[in-house]
Amino acid sequence: MRMRWPLPRPSARQWAIWVPYLWLALFLLVPFLLVLKISLSDLQFGIPPYTPIATLEDDTLQLALHLRGYVLLFTDSLYAAVYLNSVKMALVTTVCCVLIGYPLAWQIARSRPEIRNLLLLGVILPFWTSLLLRVYAWVGILRNDGLLNNLLMGLGLIDSPLEIYRTDLAVYVGLVYAYLPFFILPLYANLVKLDQRLIEAAHDLGARPWATFRQVVLPLSMPGAVAGAMLVFIPSVGEYVIPEMLGGANTLMMGRVMWNEFFNNADWPMAAAVTCVMVLLLLVPLTLFQYSSARQLERSR
Amino acid sequence: METRSVPLSGGVDDFVRMDEVVKIFGDTVAVRSVNLTVRRHEIFALLGSSGCGKTTLLRMLAGFEEPTSGRIILDNEDITALPPYRRPVNMMFQSYALFPHMTVEANVAFGLKQEGVPRHEIQGRVFEALDLVQMAGHARRKPHQLSGGQQQRVALARSLVKRPKLLLLDEPMSALDKQIRQATQIELLRILDQVGVTCILVTHDQEEAMTMASRLAVMTEGQIMQCGTPHEVYAFPANRFVAGFIGSTNLFTGIIVVDQPDHVLIETDALTRPLYVSHGVSEPLGMAVHVSIRPEHLRISRQMPQSDSNWGHGMVTHVAWMGSYARYQVRLDAGQVIEASIPTLEWNPAEAPGVDEEVYVAWSHDAGTVLAS
Repeated sequence: MRMRWPLPRPSARQWAIWVPYLWLALFLLVPFLLVLKISLSDLQFGIPPYTPIATLEDDTLQLALHLRGYVLLFTDSLYAAVYLNSVKMALVTTVCCVLIGYPLAWQIARSRPEIRNLLLLGVILPFWTSLLLRVYAWVGILRNDGLLNNLLMGLGLIDSPLEIYRTDLAVYVGLVYAYLPFFILPLYANLVKLDQRLIEAAHDLGARPWATFRQVVLPLSMPGAVAGAMLVFIPSVGEYVIPEMLGGANTLMMGRVMWNEFFNNADWPMAAAVTCVMVLLLLVPLTLFQYSSARQLERSR
Repeated sequence: METRSVPLSGGVDDFVRMDEVVKIFGDTVAVRSVNLTVRRHEIFALLGSSGCGKTTLLRMLAGFEEPTSGRIILDNEDITALPPYRRPVNMMFQSYALFPHMTVEANVAFGLKQEGVPRHEIQGRVFEALDLVQMAGHARRKPHQLSGGQQQRVALARSLVKRPKLLLLDEPMSALDKQIRQATQIELLRILDQVGVTCILVTHDQEEAMTMASRLAVMTEGQIMQCGTPHEVYAFPANRFVAGFIGSTNLFTGIIVVDQPDHVLIETDALTRPLYVSHGVSEPLGMAVHVSIRPEHLRISRQMPQSDSNWGHGMVTHVAWMGSYARYQVRLDAGQVIEASIPTLEWNPAEAPGVDEEVYVAWSHDAGTVLAS
């Protein structure tokens, strides 16, 4: 972006661009820098529970960067396992959301307009209740003496309750349930704009339905699908509430580890280091990917 | 679907045949009982205003809609229930519907790829098709980098590359500027002639239909009003709708007073003299009919015609100079306004009758056509 400075008076466009950026800088970048600072300090008893990085004593400025958290992260295999497991669970969740959400978004986009709005409402409706309540509902469904097991046993399909609650499976159910709308909505917005005549043209040229989907619908809906997958994957990696409430003791996810470090161990530097590494390992590559794919899209236009 | 014991081939001429085709959407009848035959290598136009069912008819030929009843036969094969991807029919869409994420080359190759044509053969046929429409130099471009005319050429190449038995054109010129339409029509005709494909085109533009089609069908309200060569339909319209739709015309309503095998006389309230039409009619004496007289058959003069029929007296209400002809509007004494096209070649504007001048309008015996409906 080219900017002329000094500006006599910012135009409406500049306001529209800079106000949100300022907001993000203030409430995202600054807290992140604080977290980064904490991650480089050492544990101490007191308030705050970490040492300052810079101290001025006897006219000497001392800069002390403690890498204990980072060293532990890369030496204790627990943390590597947590990262890998979080990514794995987020990936599986994303794949499930794609498999369930794509056909759903497609059907909604292709239904008649009056039905379409009703179906969309069905996708958005869960947002009207808090996530916490909805996850509690899943606890009620999946528990050993919950709705699902009672139903299955009542029908005589199983003799003893299925162990779902407090397992990874329950976490997957919760994650897919919670994040499915985030995949459907951007994809729907893309598919609903898809020119029906392109599909007809593909049929006309001899492409069967599946070939049409693969060669025409899928490539054209890619931006929507990628945006939706990102919206599922990124928050899933750091998800705390769902693994905490539905997962078992050995469901290791980053959100829980951070919580434990902060609240159970009161080890703020360690928790901050976990956070920073997550941001660097996941968000930075993803942002770069998004940026490059956006540029590629721009070029193909 | 109902099957009947009608033979598939009606005659050598029936390359495409639609039998009693009906299409109903909900409670609207889009197409009501259409019978139509198109000959091999013919360019056939379906002409009508929007909502007349012509596009529905085309979509049924392409396979996007299934007829509610009736049959569609192409080259002795019943294709009524075949899905679009199994029909030897290709369509050029009104909006061209080029795949935006593919290059020109990939767009044209798409159809061949679906057929499983070997890669090296695809390449050859794609460039053959692009050469035909003079777009081989743009093979690597994306559709959005092309002008409307170029997109149309690519769309044409894409629909011809599979060598379909039947080519469908949906309003082929509607997305082009008026200035380049006529040149494009001639060019399109040249290409179609070179390929020798049977072609059905849909248009609302009668000039386009007359320029391109060897035969045409005029449609309204889901029905075919008349089918014939452009000349037949223009010179001998079957009814008032066709007479008014193809070109403009003057209609007089009257009663047959003399009915002879070689001529009829019709009296109308609009004129003091009877109308003399030099062709026999099947309608009985005393029946109310309409007589259509094209504007170019009318002659305007200041002297009263000697004949005792086929003229009227009135006042010029409007004159428009159109270049090759002048368009006169004359209000007859009885009130009806008629239109006359006067060739301007041997015409001196200074001497021509002007607005508010009293004139006589006359026409020859063979100018009128009697229409029963």
